[in-house]
Amino acid sequence: MKKTEKNVRASRSSITRRGLMLGVAQAGIIGVLAMRMRKMQLEQADDYRLLAEGNSVKIRLIPPARGLIYDRNGVLLAGNEQNYRVTITREDAGDVDAVLADLRRLLPVSDDAAADVMTEIRRQPPHAPVTVADRLSWEEFSRVAVNAPALPGVSPEVGLSRNYPHGTDFAHVLGYVGPVSDYDLSQIENPDPLLRIPKFQIGKTGVEAKMEEVLRGRSGQRRVEVNSAGREMRELGRKEGEPGVNLQLTLDTRLQNFAHERLKGESAAAVVMDVTNGDILAITSVPSFDPNLFVRGISSTDYRSLMEDDHRPLADKSVQGLYPPGSTYKIVTALAALEAGVIGPEDTVRCPGYIEVGGRRFHCWKHSGHGRVNVIQSLEQSCDVFYYEVAQKVGIDKISAMAKRMGVGVRHDLPMSAVAEGVAPTKAWKQERYGKDWRIGDTINSSIGQGYVLASPLQLAVMVSRLASGKAVKPRLIRSMDGVEVPVPEPEPLGLEEAWLDHVRKGMIAVVNGAHGTAGKAKIVLSEWKMAGKTGTSQVRNISAAERARGVISNNQLPWNRRDHALFVCFAPADNPKYAVSLIVEHGSGGSTTAAPIARDILLFALNDGLPPLEAYPSSQRKAVQSRFDALDLVDPDTVGTGAKSRA
Amino acid sequence: MSYLESNLKTVPTGLRKVLYLNYPLIFLLTAVSCAGFLMLYSVAGGDMTTWAEPQMKRFAIGMLAMLVVGFTPIWFWRNTAGVAYFIALLLLVAVDLFGAIGMGAQRWLEVGPVRIQPSELMKIALVMLLAAYYDWLPVEKVSRPLWVLIPVVLILLPTFLVLEQPDLGTAVMLVLGGGFVMFAAGVSLWYFGTVIALVVALVFGVLESRGTNWQLLHDYQFKRIDTFLDPTEDPLGAGYNITQAQIALGSGGWAGRGFMQGTQSRLNFLPEKHTDFIFTTLAEEFGFVGAFGLLMLYAAIIGFSIYAALINKDRFSSLLTLGVAGTFFFFFAINMAMVMGLMPVVGVPLPLVSYGGTQMMILLSAFGLVQSANVHRPR
Repeated sequence: MKKTEKNVRASRSSITRRGLMLGVAQAGIIGVLAMRMRKMQLEQADDYRLLAEGNSVKIRLIPPARGLIYDRNGVLLAGNEQNYRVTITREDAGDVDAVLADLRRLLPVSDDAAADVMTEIRRQPPHAPVTVADRLSWEEFSRVAVNAPALPGVSPEVGLSRNYPHGTDFAHVLGYVGPVSDYDLSQIENPDPLLRIPKFQIGKTGVEAKMEEVLRGRSGQRRVEVNSAGREMRELGRKEGEPGVNLQLTLDTRLQNFAHERLKGESAAAVVMDVTNGDILAITSVPSFDPNLFVRGISSTDYRSLMEDDHRPLADKSVQGLYPPGSTYKIVTALAALEAGVIGPEDTVRCPGYIEVGGRRFHCWKHSGHGRVNVIQSLEQSCDVFYYEVAQKVGIDKISAMAKRMGVGVRHDLPMSAVAEGVAPTKAWKQERYGKDWRIGDTINSSIGQGYVLASPLQLAVMVSRLASGKAVKPRLIRSMDGVEVPVPEPEPLGLEEAWLDHVRKGMIAVVNGAHGTAGKAKIVLSEWKMAGKTGTSQVRNISAAERARGVISNNQLPWNRRDHALFVCFAPADNPKYAVSLIVEHGSGGSTTAAPIARDILLFALNDGLPPLEAYPSSQRKAVQSRFDALDLVDPDTVGTGAKSRA
Repeated sequence: MSYLESNLKTVPTGLRKVLYLNYPLIFLLTAVSCAGFLMLYSVAGGDMTTWAEPQMKRFAIGMLAMLVVGFTPIWFWRNTAGVAYFIALLLLVAVDLFGAIGMGAQRWLEVGPVRIQPSELMKIALVMLLAAYYDWLPVEKVSRPLWVLIPVVLILLPTFLVLEQPDLGTAVMLVLGGGFVMFAAGVSLWYFGTVIALVVALVFGVLESRGTNWQLLHDYQFKRIDTFLDPTEDPLGAGYNITQAQIALGSGGWAGRGFMQGTQSRLNFLPEKHTDFIFTTLAEEFGFVGAFGLLMLYAAIIGFSIYAALINKDRFSSLLTLGVAGTFFFFFAINMAMVMGLMPVVGVPLPLVSYGGTQMMILLSAFGLVQSANVHRPR
């Protein structure tokens, strides 16, 4: 008992001592913890709070609605269509393969497409939605929406995507949009952060590309709270962006459609211009392509067939295509000669069918010769020798200067892709370009629009418009922006004497209406719409002396791609010009036979603002014209873009 | 004949025991647990059923267990300490042999629907056995080398088994808890000084062993040491947990962002937000006031326990109470130090607050032992 007492006392004092020591040590550690809390939560709270904000609050951009594009009458040319699509998010789906398999029971997704989706899902972060199927019908879309609860991670979404209701008709002028590529980004200094949104679409060609800044609009911003995986949890604030500017073009849908249809089957381009203000009413290049295919992502087979077509559907022949203008260039040479005074209005030149310069023989197209011709007759009959002679006296540099005044060999400022500059050659130009001296033969070739001269259909249209109006009209495509008219600057006078212009116009009237006119068959018989024009046939091959000796092979015996280009430029009404048309049919053989009748139809359509009346044609042609019109597959703009048809 | 046996007449019996429960401790434990329910409700995004409700049920069962243990005479626990230790040891071996794989480590044993963590059981069984050992050992022999070696072996045996799982946190807890009881029992300070010196030497050895073929720790454990030393070095990888935890904690400020308003935890930036890192959510949503308040509740639990130990003249009761309090202390101190970046992440939950069944039951049962010691104190 005593021992126990003693033991207990020893134990008690030991435990009390040690217990107190432990208590003090624990209190000390608790003190350290408290100090640490104080430091982190009170002293450094602001720093940590800043870090937390950055952690969880992100700025997300709201893509603006792209500006719409209308024609001059308010017909929609490029719109934004509601696009029903289905996306899948790896993070939420869990077993992606199983969910995708279930989804494919509801939607037709090909094996290839499914494999693509799987690759994309693996490439993207887990929270990023990947599009499985696009452009679904309402039925398909609602089928997915109804079954969504059974499909984790699958979400039916509605977005906007670009749509071109008129398809091929405006493909070249409007261009198309497509997702931003790395190349696009590298081309832009300081790119809009919008462009970094995956699959954001920007204009790739045409008006869509040139007016990109205007059409795109300004992005809005959303402040969102995200989780550690980057997934949005809720929206904290929102600032709406500004939609893109709506553009109204100078184009006329029905005229464009008519020109397009009328040229179908050819490889051709046509430009219709208002000579008073430069408005481009139609600018077409055939064959064309469906820009909607590019927006949706064109299949490689479709793309290959476009690339391999020898009629080059992807090329815009109207502004980008350059051709020797042939005899249409005689308008320039004639004006240059008249202004230089090397020939008077009534002076004549004798055409024996050829001239000989420096031991070389230059032939007129009419080997028997035209006899004595003045300016008007030379245009009417398209006598080459007349121009060979006067050009030598004027000199190439003055002809070139005149061409540029008339709009040939200068780059016109149009919001379209790859607008070509063309060539109105000078001595210096040849020296610089080829390092060779200018030869007199070059002047002779240039005088009739061959040799080095190259012009686009747009430039020829400008040339005719300037001749017809006597003013330096400039082509324009944008009529109004968001309803605000783009002012048309008063065109400057050309600075050419009216008498000379009138002389050339008379020559062009004679081409169509004169007794010997090269385009006599393309006459308009209604006197108030009397047409003036000029044919052109430009060689795409050299005719050697040996070949000439054997007899020149006629065009229809040649393979298509070696035949001559057929050109025709015209304006009407002749006494009070309103519209000008320039037209080229690649390898169309003859300006008078192929190009002139088509140009006349287009010009009449513009004048009549609808299908030309048969009374405008010579009575002998009316039957043929009627059947030609009946064969056309014209589209009424009022029925386009109203849902049912555009989706089909 | 111990002091207790000779004073049995003064020990309360029957229903009178209810009057001698340590009510301040019951109140404090309940308060801490309620803070836990609140936080579990919050981290589940305002949902009871995910974590809060199961935790409440376990608390109810745990409280019941505490009372049952508390009403059981303290000498019963003293006499069965060896059995408890032995059973816990067997279970640990069983876990090593066929335990379920969870979080990359074998920690659980599934017995029917029940999933138990023998390592949690061992923390208390070890304290019980050591208390019984020193109760049995005459005081003058306490510091004799042979009598010091025995408890050291008793501590290291389960520690190595736990390290095998591997569970560094529990291993540390076992060593600290066991050492705590030895210290309280009056083992000479020289031993502790020597052990601390050896540990320092060992830490250097372990760090030096890295990359050699006698590497003493797993790569992930080295990684944790690295991230502790510089969490910013790899903020999205291994240092992610600790960086995000500190951001959450610090951004709480004085009064916090408000209940259910913590952005860090709400948005899943926090790792293991319902278990080891739950303190960060509390600190984020209730700020310094909440975090310090919880710390003070814990401190009060320790304080009342030490007081209860010091006024108890029975050696086993005293040592057991101190041991339980010490283990409890290491739980929250290590957890808080870990999430506040004062020590490496070792995987120790916040006691009574973190989600976890075994932990809750074992801790409340352990305080049952404290209650038993209090109730059956000779007066």
